[in-house]
Amino acid sequence: MTEQKEKQRIVVKKKSQIASIWHRFKKNRLALFGVAVFVSMLLVAVFADFIVDYEKDALMQNMAQRFQRPSGEHWFGTDNFGRDLFARIIFGARISLFVGVITISLSLFVGSVIGASAGYYGGRVDNIMMRIMDVFLAIPQMIMAISIVAALGTGMMNILIALSIAQIPRFARIVRSSILTVKCQDFIEAARACGTSDTRIIAKHILPNAIGPIVVQATLSVASTILIIAALSFVGLGIQPPTPEWGSMMADAKSQMRYHEYLIIIPGIFIALTVMSLNVIGDGLRDALDPRLKN
Amino acid sequence: MLRYIAKRSLMMIPVLLGISLIVFSIMELTPGDPVSLMLGEGASEQAVQELREQMGLNDNFFIKYVRYVKNAVTGDLGISYRNKVPVISEITSRFPTTLNLTFWGVVLSVVIGIPVGIISAVKQYTIIDSMSLLAALILTSMPAFWLGLMLILLFSLKWNLLPATGVSTWQHFIMPAITLAAASMATIIRMTRSTMLEVVRQDYIRTARAKGASEFRIVYKHALRNALLPVVTVVGLNFGYQLGGAIVTESVFAMPGIGTLMVAAVRTKDTPIVMASVLFVAFLAGVINLIVDVLYVYIDPRLKSEYVKNK
Repeated sequence: MTEQKEKQRIVVKKKSQIASIWHRFKKNRLALFGVAVFVSMLLVAVFADFIVDYEKDALMQNMAQRFQRPSGEHWFGTDNFGRDLFARIIFGARISLFVGVITISLSLFVGSVIGASAGYYGGRVDNIMMRIMDVFLAIPQMIMAISIVAALGTGMMNILIALSIAQIPRFARIVRSSILTVKCQDFIEAARACGTSDTRIIAKHILPNAIGPIVVQATLSVASTILIIAALSFVGLGIQPPTPEWGSMMADAKSQMRYHEYLIIIPGIFIALTVMSLNVIGDGLRDALDPRLKN
Repeated sequence: MLRYIAKRSLMMIPVLLGISLIVFSIMELTPGDPVSLMLGEGASEQAVQELREQMGLNDNFFIKYVRYVKNAVTGDLGISYRNKVPVISEITSRFPTTLNLTFWGVVLSVVIGIPVGIISAVKQYTIIDSMSLLAALILTSMPAFWLGLMLILLFSLKWNLLPATGVSTWQHFIMPAITLAAASMATIIRMTRSTMLEVVRQDYIRTARAKGASEFRIVYKHALRNALLPVVTVVGLNFGYQLGGAIVTESVFAMPGIGTLMVAAVRTKDTPIVMASVLFVAFLAGVINLIVDVLYVYIDPRLKSEYVKNK
């Protein structure tokens, strides 16, 4: 009976905290706009197959129809192979969001494990792990990604791995510092006194209390990852044609940009919109999670 | 002070060794045989074996790594598999372009970013403030190479004002520098604004105001110097980011720099060039961070006294 009550109380408390974060978040109109844009982008990416036919519209070449300007029939026009730009943009959304989200989930997971163990155990483990992370951090992300691509070769999977490795140190650092702030508090001591295992303490007691900055960083990192994918694909080291990736679409169109500028302008707008929505969501979350930070 | 600089420089050595080890192991894992690249498809088995022996490709990983580091210290970074020229000469001939581009990118982002950030903070919640924040948001959100392409579209193709590719005159650097500066300019604007807002709430600003200092003096003499420290960190960190961005910017504007060299080398699997350019860029980023750390001491004398005490 008392146990049940206890449980109930905890649930209620959790809910109220999320509710109060949401309450603060929704006051930020720009962030709400970001959510709207991102959710519609996400829906388009998920249901892309219901909107257009991948094989027929996004991949099949149709030389008779090449370089048509945006019109009622082809909303965004057609490219140098006569493929419908609208269809390619829609499937491009799927690729960018997929790679962005998976990359960050992977690096967040590995980075959390490294950062959490470094922060929790401290001492020599901490020192060695963080020095290694420092070395990784000293290499600019883009360069790191390029050198991994150099070793593994181009292609979606390799880009995923390259970008994940490049992001790990950032998350390791954030998780570590969040953990250091929580670690010395009394409730951790209490959990330890109860004989809770280290893994459980980290996963159940420390991480939930340190999650705020991690979520914010993850959101912003998805944004920057989408930019890096596009840039890598633009210089030809990322996702390869004919896969409809936004950056490689622009690389394709670059040589004809004098006469067919819409082939460059439109994919760029979509990248910018997606990244912007994630950026404002990230900023909004930061303010909502920690109102003190807001000026 | 000298001791501090010396100590900080020494700390770069393990970082560089670490980076070279990472890059070297990545490259060792790279599939593809450099010998067949150098000799072409139809080379005889004997010629292949001879060259392998001559290049030391049959040694184990550790020996190869030590040899690479030993040679690198003396400035020998190997020979390009493709052009058969020493890597170091390729790098040094292209380095000025990249440095030029990155330098002007950083200058531009600072020269525009800091004043805009200050004005935004001083005029908080006005239309100027929201406009500059919006501009910063847009600048961070759009891909740099897209901005570059848009600039080419307008200034080269439509209005014919600026050259779209090449590096021969200073006009060639205008659009690349803007392209490169955009993202970090946005970061600097936001950073300057938020630290300024924090600083103007401090007691010493109230004191300055109470004693009747002019608003201009308060902002530039009392507030800015204190607000600048975090901004310097961001500028330093952004330098590394900009070196990465330079790769993309160089390929948008077809500039012969380290970035285009690196991209071409990755495509053709020219391992020595890739390694050397990665190491080089990481080294440069390290040097810049060192300079930033030293600059700190000048901006914030408190750090100096702290350091002298701990000597």
